[in-house]
Amino acid sequence: MSGAPHERVPVLEVESLSRSFGGVRAVDRVSFTLFSNELLAMIGPNGAGKTTCFNMVNGQLRPDAGAVRLNGRSILGLPPRSIWRLGVGRTFQITATFASMTVRENVQMALVSHYRRSRALWRPARDHYFDEAMALLERVGMDRQYDRACGVLAYGDLKRVELAVALANEPGLLLMDEPTAGMAPRERMELMQLTTGIVRERNIGVLFTEHDMDVVFAHADRIMVLDRGQLISEGTPMAVRSDRKVQEIYLGGSAVHDGGPA
Amino acid sequence: MADFIVSLLTGLSSAAAMFLVASGLSIIFGVTRIVNFAHGSFYMLGAYIGYTLVQAIGSTAVGFWAAVLIAAVAVGAIGVVMEILLLRRIYRAPELFQLIATFGVILVIQDVTLWVWGSEDLVGPQAPGLKGAADILGKPIPEYDLALIAISPLVLVGLWALFKLTRWGTLVRAATQDRQMVAALGVNQRWLFTGVLFLGSALAGLGGAVQIPKGGADLLMDFNILAVAFVVVVVGGMGSVFGAFWAAVLFGILQTFGIQILPNSTLVLMFLVMAVVLIFRPWGLLGMPETLGQAHPGPPEQPLRPALPRVRILGGAATALLLALPVAHLVLPQLVGAFTLVLVIEIMVFVLFAAALHFIMGPGGMVSFGHAAYFGGGAYAAALLVKFADAPFEIAFWAAPVGAALLAFLFGWFCVRLSGVYFAMLTLAFAQIAWAFVFQDMPGSVLRTFGIADEFGAPLKITGGDDGLNDIWPSAWAGTRIAYYYIAVGLSVAALWIMRRFLYAPFGYTLRAGRDSPLRAAAIGIDLTRHRWLAFALSGAFTGLAGALFLFSKGSVFPTTLEIARSFDALLMVLLGGVQSLFGPIFGAAALTWLNDLFSVLSYWRFLLGVTIIALVLLLPQGIVGFAGTRLGRRLRLARPEEITA
Ligand SMILES: Nc1ncnc2c1ncn2[C@@H]1O[C@H](COP(=O)(O)OP(=O)(O)OP(=O)(O)O)[C@@H](O)[C@H]1O
Ligand SMILES: [Mg+2]
Repeated sequence: MSGAPHERVPVLEVESLSRSFGGVRAVDRVSFTLFSNELLAMIGPNGAGKTTCFNMVNGQLRPDAGAVRLNGRSILGLPPRSIWRLGVGRTFQITATFASMTVRENVQMALVSHYRRSRALWRPARDHYFDEAMALLERVGMDRQYDRACGVLAYGDLKRVELAVALANEPGLLLMDEPTAGMAPRERMELMQLTTGIVRERNIGVLFTEHDMDVVFAHADRIMVLDRGQLISEGTPMAVRSDRKVQEIYLGGSAVHDGGPA
Repeated sequence: MADFIVSLLTGLSSAAAMFLVASGLSIIFGVTRIVNFAHGSFYMLGAYIGYTLVQAIGSTAVGFWAAVLIAAVAVGAIGVVMEILLLRRIYRAPELFQLIATFGVILVIQDVTLWVWGSEDLVGPQAPGLKGAADILGKPIPEYDLALIAISPLVLVGLWALFKLTRWGTLVRAATQDRQMVAALGVNQRWLFTGVLFLGSALAGLGGAVQIPKGGADLLMDFNILAVAFVVVVVGGMGSVFGAFWAAVLFGILQTFGIQILPNSTLVLMFLVMAVVLIFRPWGLLGMPETLGQAHPGPPEQPLRPALPRVRILGGAATALLLALPVAHLVLPQLVGAFTLVLVIEIMVFVLFAAALHFIMGPGGMVSFGHAAYFGGGAYAAALLVKFADAPFEIAFWAAPVGAALLAFLFGWFCVRLSGVYFAMLTLAFAQIAWAFVFQDMPGSVLRTFGIADEFGAPLKITGGDDGLNDIWPSAWAGTRIAYYYIAVGLSVAALWIMRRFLYAPFGYTLRAGRDSPLRAAAIGIDLTRHRWLAFALSGAFTGLAGALFLFSKGSVFPTTLEIARSFDALLMVLLGGVQSLFGPIFGAAALTWLNDLFSVLSYWRFLLGVTIIALVLLLPQGIVGFAGTRLGRRLRLARPEEITA
């Protein structure tokens, strides 16, 4: 880790974001700010609205109301591809990779798109940004499996590939929806350690959801708790842990499950 | 006013058969996700079986309606046989592969029908008790038409009750709405699918049987109704019975009034309406959006790798053989006849056509049902340039790929916004419009409205309609059989190689990215619509090149180059060869062109071809090229060892 103190500037500002699905208020007036060099965890029981929040931030879903600003600029209404170009990387709760491509090709595709070479018709894709892709894979510990098809990878490995893909355009903001789902406990800690390293080194902001409380409390700088679409608590891990409302949700019977595929 | 009402009633009565067939197709698709091409054949069988039964027992009203119902049940049973013997084995095959299996069934049923009932059109007997005409506001309307008008709502209510009130119906509805649920059903899934095939086929059979008194039975019924049924289903919304009902009513009325306004344009009118509906409501009137990123049945495609040494050697050998063939012809004319060269030219034309279709279909996941538009469209562009601008061969030839690319650019703009079956149907619609454009010589009609016509005031012959455009040959230097052989082989091999480069380049990878995961593609900044559009146009250009080679090898071009059957041929070639491999279309086109040639001298060649297709589907569910992936193929080093799923 570089250790050099970075300036903390707001990367993502969300104001009063709301979205309903046929009468169900999936996300209800949620506001928060995420700073650079910060890992912000969003936790809450299944169906609390976490993924819906992510989808509105990266442009996949249109909010009913509210504002989203990236580095001070409104990104409301932009499609996901434009938001990505502004430096927002995303990993999905249910991994989305290109199954018919190798691990390295998946990362190369992100690089090809980043450098706007996706319409190149002649030079083989495998020769584009080869070294850069390998460097990213090394960063997430997937370099040894670079030539395997994503369609045959283990779930935890896919999550790692997604992280490498999300890092390809040097994002200032990473949205990670359950980045460690489907991994063994030790792997989880390792991946989050890795993420923390990247955050400190590149001074980026990370918003992540996670059902494993050990992971959350060990790595988050700040925690938000979402329940039935509403933000009910926010603060340092210490403060959130001692919040009575949070304890009620987590001890009061709302089952919390791992979000990986059944 | 009375005229209007009578027209309206006539329209509604013609909606009956459409609704019955379309609702069956829609129900089958909704649950099994199979686009049953054989559905039109079931309709035809319903008519023939119904005809025979009515002859036997239909002299009384009770007997007539009993005959109709028995025919429907018999066709339902045939549907069940198809499900058990064929579909059940291939539900897990790659998407759309079932399509060719059902296509094989069409061919088999065609020849079986021909064999049992003969080639003469059968004139239907009138329905006992409904032979007269009713009087509506002083105008006569056949009583049987009124019976037909009553049938659709009756069936609709029956289906509604079946789906709402029975457990089985609830399952069908749930399965239509939620794919995951079907997979979770396990054993029940079998019976659900079998039952759905029975119901859907019986509805088609009923449709065929009830229209005997109006239309009788003939051997063209299958394809004629198929196109119509597709349109009705798509406009209504795939899987929606109510949608099919309203769409059938809409088209029934449109047909009767359309005939009065623009004679012989009803099919075009239907396709135009469909195009408009799909542009504004991409999932039909009452359909639900297809969920993106649904799991592909079948194993995922393997990553693209450089060709294995042995495959390269085989490819080189094949190319060398192609280049040496004319020499062999000159040296040993008894062994390699002129006909062989002609056949090889034809094969290469279709190899190129199939490869161009595969370009968007395999890597892009865009299954076009109407690619003949660019094949024939290109050929017509070149032919028109020769006929009306006196363009030399060297220029006119290139007008084909350019013209086809422009056409694909235009049609593609609308199509690439849709996906899956809806994409397929919109491409089909545009192809039908293009077909009608040349078949009905629309440019001639349009010119006449501007006062440009021949001395009798009749429209000028531009595309020539049915007669096509004739006497279009290459320049002298290219006109000998051997010279043209080298042109055809050289250009198609070069085009294949160029397409291969495109697909190995970032552009091709981007297409595959969009097919594998639209979600991820968007999340890494890819403008998918734009890439798909460009790919569509490129594919059109290569298809047009095939059209040019075809035109100058035959010396003429007819509307048949744009018809549905031609589009389906290309589709069949790609699927039969194997959609997951770049070599697939090459093998598929070569095999099918050769088989067509081989069987065409036999009397029941459709039956043979159909059975061959079905056998191939069952034996090699990954297409002919799938052979490389079998244990034997791997041992022969035609494919890499399989990766083990973690
Ligand atoms: N596309 C949609 N259509 C209808 N309802 C939806 C849709 N997406 C989400 N919902 C509903 O919105 C609510 C919030 O869902 P969301 O996926 O955001 O929860 P989550 O916090 O991510 O849960 P999990 O921990 O299970 O991932 C749920 O009630 C869900 O059923
Ligand atoms: Mg979620």
